[in-house]
Amino acid sequence: MNQPVPLRSRAEAEAARLPSLLARAEHLAGTVLLGEHGRRRSGLGDDFWQYRPVQPGDSRRTIDWRRSARSDMQFVRQREWQIAQSVMLWVDSAASMRFASEPDLPQKSDRARLLALAVSILLVRGGERVGMTGQSLPPGRGEPQLRRLTEALGHDGADDYAAPDTNGLMSHGRALFISDFMGDIDPVRTALTEAADRGIQGIMLQILDPAEEAFPYRGRTIFESVGGTLAHETLKASELRDRYLERLASRKDELSALTLATGWQYHCHHTSQSAQSALMWLYGAFERGRFR
Amino acid sequence: MILGPIGFTAPWLLLALAALPILWLILRAVPPAPVRRMFPGVVLLLGLRDDDSVTDRTPWWLLLLRMLAAAAIIIGLAGPVLNPEEKSAGTDRGPLLIALDASWASARDWAAQRELLDGMLAEAGRKSRPVAILRLNDPETPVFQAAEAWRSRLTGLEPDAWVAAPDMIETAISGLGDDTFETRWFSDGLAHDGRDVLLDAFEARGPVSIYESPRPVLALAPAQVSEGLIQLSAHRARTAGIRDILVEAHGRDPSGVPRVLASLPLQFAENALEVQGDLSLPAELRARLTHFEIAGQRHAGAVSLTDDSLKRREVALIAGREDREGLELLSPLHYLEQALQPTADILDGALIDVLPANPDVIVLADVATLSGAEQSALLEWTQKGGMLLRFAGPRLAASDISRDTEAPLMPVRLRVGGRMVGGAMSWGEPKALAPFSEDSPFHRLAIPRDVTVSAQVMAQPDPTLADRVIAQLSDGTPLVTRKRIGEGQVVLFHVTANAEWSSLPLSGLFVQMLERLAVSSALTAPEAKDLEGTIWKPVQVLDGFGKLSDAATLPGVSGDRLVAAALGPDLRPGIYDGPDRRLARNVIPADPTLTPTSWPARLPVTGLTRPVEAPLGGWLLALSLVLLMADILASLGLSGRLMPARATRAAVIVLGGLMLLPDAGKAQDEKAQLATSEVVLAHILTGDAALDEAARAGLFGLGQTLFFRTSVEPVDPIGINLESDELAFYPLLYWPITPDQPTPSAEAYTKLNTYLRTGGMILFDTRDANIAGFGASSPNGIKLKQLAASLDIPPLERLPDDHVLTRTFYLLQDFPGRHSGRPVWVEAAPPDAEKIEGMPFRNLNDGVTPVVIGGNDWASAWAMDERLNPIYPVGRGFAGERQRELAYRFGINLVMHVLTGNYKSDQVHVPALLQRLGQ
Repeated sequence: MNQPVPLRSRAEAEAARLPSLLARAEHLAGTVLLGEHGRRRSGLGDDFWQYRPVQPGDSRRTIDWRRSARSDMQFVRQREWQIAQSVMLWVDSAASMRFASEPDLPQKSDRARLLALAVSILLVRGGERVGMTGQSLPPGRGEPQLRRLTEALGHDGADDYAAPDTNGLMSHGRALFISDFMGDIDPVRTALTEAADRGIQGIMLQILDPAEEAFPYRGRTIFESVGGTLAHETLKASELRDRYLERLASRKDELSALTLATGWQYHCHHTSQSAQSALMWLYGAFERGRFR
Repeated sequence: MILGPIGFTAPWLLLALAALPILWLILRAVPPAPVRRMFPGVVLLLGLRDDDSVTDRTPWWLLLLRMLAAAAIIIGLAGPVLNPEEKSAGTDRGPLLIALDASWASARDWAAQRELLDGMLAEAGRKSRPVAILRLNDPETPVFQAAEAWRSRLTGLEPDAWVAAPDMIETAISGLGDDTFETRWFSDGLAHDGRDVLLDAFEARGPVSIYESPRPVLALAPAQVSEGLIQLSAHRARTAGIRDILVEAHGRDPSGVPRVLASLPLQFAENALEVQGDLSLPAELRARLTHFEIAGQRHAGAVSLTDDSLKRREVALIAGREDREGLELLSPLHYLEQALQPTADILDGALIDVLPANPDVIVLADVATLSGAEQSALLEWTQKGGMLLRFAGPRLAASDISRDTEAPLMPVRLRVGGRMVGGAMSWGEPKALAPFSEDSPFHRLAIPRDVTVSAQVMAQPDPTLADRVIAQLSDGTPLVTRKRIGEGQVVLFHVTANAEWSSLPLSGLFVQMLERLAVSSALTAPEAKDLEGTIWKPVQVLDGFGKLSDAATLPGVSGDRLVAAALGPDLRPGIYDGPDRRLARNVIPADPTLTPTSWPARLPVTGLTRPVEAPLGGWLLALSLVLLMADILASLGLSGRLMPARATRAAVIVLGGLMLLPDAGKAQDEKAQLATSEVVLAHILTGDAALDEAARAGLFGLGQTLFFRTSVEPVDPIGINLESDELAFYPLLYWPITPDQPTPSAEAYTKLNTYLRTGGMILFDTRDANIAGFGASSPNGIKLKQLAASLDIPPLERLPDDHVLTRTFYLLQDFPGRHSGRPVWVEAAPPDAEKIEGMPFRNLNDGVTPVVIGGNDWASAWAMDERLNPIYPVGRGFAGERQRELAYRFGINLVMHVLTGNYKSDQVHVPALLQRLGQ
């Protein structure tokens, strides 16, 4: 109230980012619709899913009279969205995600949000309900939900590393965790086992910067986390490379093993790769999960 | 302190080199500073220890680099000097006399001589020796004064074009006084008279040393003419092996610019002191010569000026009657031609044609009457210095010219009829010639006995007659008369030019008389006695370096001195202007002998070169800077701050930026690059900022719509400046019309027409909803007419219903923008296009319409801001949105039409279209 002008301008600057993220995500999602998986499943535009005989409890309004007139039985036209599932997203918003090794690469958090929103658009178009964990956004569908998702994704966390938030996960629902999974592995393991216990199937997408994969550093260096809470000094960074890569590989193996044990799916994506490939994989992963 | 060829001005500083090992130890102990890097993967690094601690020491080669830099600084500050000036022996105390020959021969090494002199004066100044400089060419009593005073006058010291005459040397000796002093003599390498006496005088007063350039003296003798060839001879003082030289003939080209007209290579044989060569030049070039010069020798002795004696005179011969074939010996010009052929160039032709060639002499043989134009032109030519030579003859005798009054082009009045003597019908004997008087140009010519005159025209006695007669017969009647007109003259021979009236043309005297009249130019160098009493005015004089300079301020020279006297301050080599010719006085006489100096063996003779003192401190300090730069790069690389790829890229960007900084075309190139790598919609910049922004936003909106709906994915639109930008890259130009935009230049129209002819499309938008109807008097419509007047636009018609624009992407019948329903104009269909039965459209134009003209303000309807929200309202409510949608569809159709041409006109699409159209 005291300073309406800065507040307003900040709010506008903040708001300006959202449509662009949404638009980019829609554009990205548009490429998938045209692709391999486009019309294999029925969507809202073609809302017929199957006819099934009328069961007790069905409203008469749901009876498809044209189909029923061709036989003696009465059929209900069933729509695909009626068996829609809830997909809960968790996107790491910690400081470690706000890192890009080259100025022309996107930040990991940017890529994570883009992918999350794009896959949300695809899911919403497919009739699913999408929400975010942590009680921030209960699952919903439709364009308004997409706008709410966009808004919810825009928040940056203050911590250096974050662990998956399992609050609000629906039993027997589906989940998508996007993070770099650089932080402590124990909370991840706990969250995953807890989710698996509740019958939740899901996907873990690890997003890494190419520098994190290649470790192209040399010389005397002090490495700091993005938030500045952790630091490590070395006299010869190139000497550390092999051992760092070893640790990274073991981290990946661990995640992979974890997902294998819980029936989840794991994928590692680099910000230098195209977002579309990751989106295709995500979409395919949801498809595979559905058939299970 | 001196080490080999290097000395130090501050040798004590070198002690600091001893501190280098300490510096080595200190540098070795300090590791390079760490880099702070942001890295989320640090979690995985925690707990990793370094294997060894090698890199905390600076590597040995980096240390060496730094040591070298430090050593270079120390040595550089110690002031090293290459070839330091040696301290001479202690003999040189007391006053110093520097004697300079300073003649033309010393001009060849004057720069070196002056440098040496400067060094000598500087040294004398350091030792505070009084110095006097004695120029033997211009001797004065030597005045000993501070060396610095002489040094400041050194730049004005230049060699003269003459050598010291014996009287000058006497003057020099008499001024030496009785004091003792050391003498340094800068010799020019040539022996001159009186040198021994001078040397004795110097040696009587103290030690003498000689400085002399070892380069041989070359000289060029004046050019001689024999049998039409120019003979050049070069001389040298010493035999010094085989030597090639090049003699250049300098002159002015037809536009008056000095240049080398010809060159003649010569070669001195092994033991020859002289070499000769012949140069053959056309008379035209010969007349324009100014001087000859030995190439590369910058002194007056290598320059030989030319004068009139080189020129072949041009003589125009004009006869009063037609030559009769077979009667050559009777031709009035035959004897003249024979006399002039060897020495002059003869011009033939009509008088008016010959005059523009400006001949030196025009001969009129028995020409009585001249037309008015001829007479005035001839008079003008004569006044400018031409010589008109007339011969009498039957026609002249029979005419009335110069009868009562003296004609301007005749020296005397003539009596009627002339006279015949000694013929078959007369009593007298043919007359002989009287001896020539003293003031006649023919003075002292021997008169052969057999020269007789049997007929002549007679001069009317006049008061001026006696002055004008230059030759007469034995009875006193004038034979040759002369009158001066302006700078020129008219000479009349009272006889014919052939042997009809006299035997004069048959004799050798005739040729000699022509020579004396300077009709032919067999002019040899004049004798001193010939020129007695004449005064010659210097026009241009040579300086010691062989450069010609204007001589207007110099006094005149009497003729006998000019030829015979030795050169000196009052007789300089150069070009002299005399009563009727020009003479060149050269430094080198016609037959020169160059005698080299021979010094007694007791005298030290040194050349003019000396090792140059070169301080090395600056170079060493620069070297240390370079080393420190290398050290910076190496340290950065070592500590990992120098990422190879990024550093290279940064260096390339910096270098590229530096290179392109002054290049105004960079933006252009970027535009062109962008336009050729992507599809770019473009709009013409009108100069109205708001309108240009609207057009940009409109094309941006259209581009976004295309991006989402079609496979055309244009990048951000570009504003086009018609004057400076290349148009060929853009498929579509949007041109909003405003009444006050500037009309493009002619070049811009050329570009626009080329663009339209090669398949480009311009969308003209008057933005006024065509309120007044197309082409009528709304301001925008008028402006559109003005703009399009110079454009190559085909006939137009209203967009027909079956135009391909109606179906390139969407099926449209209406083309609204912000305004709706107004007609759109496109290229007219060919008149023979007919609708085929069963087809929904005609097969129209084969190409893309080059222009689309309308007034619906499409850009405003398309305009979007960065968030893809429309900027301008269109219509009201849903109908308005529909109109906007149709505007987008029109834009898409338009771009599709530009990019795909008449693709949708193809009959292949007919069934599908029919189905869509519901027919």
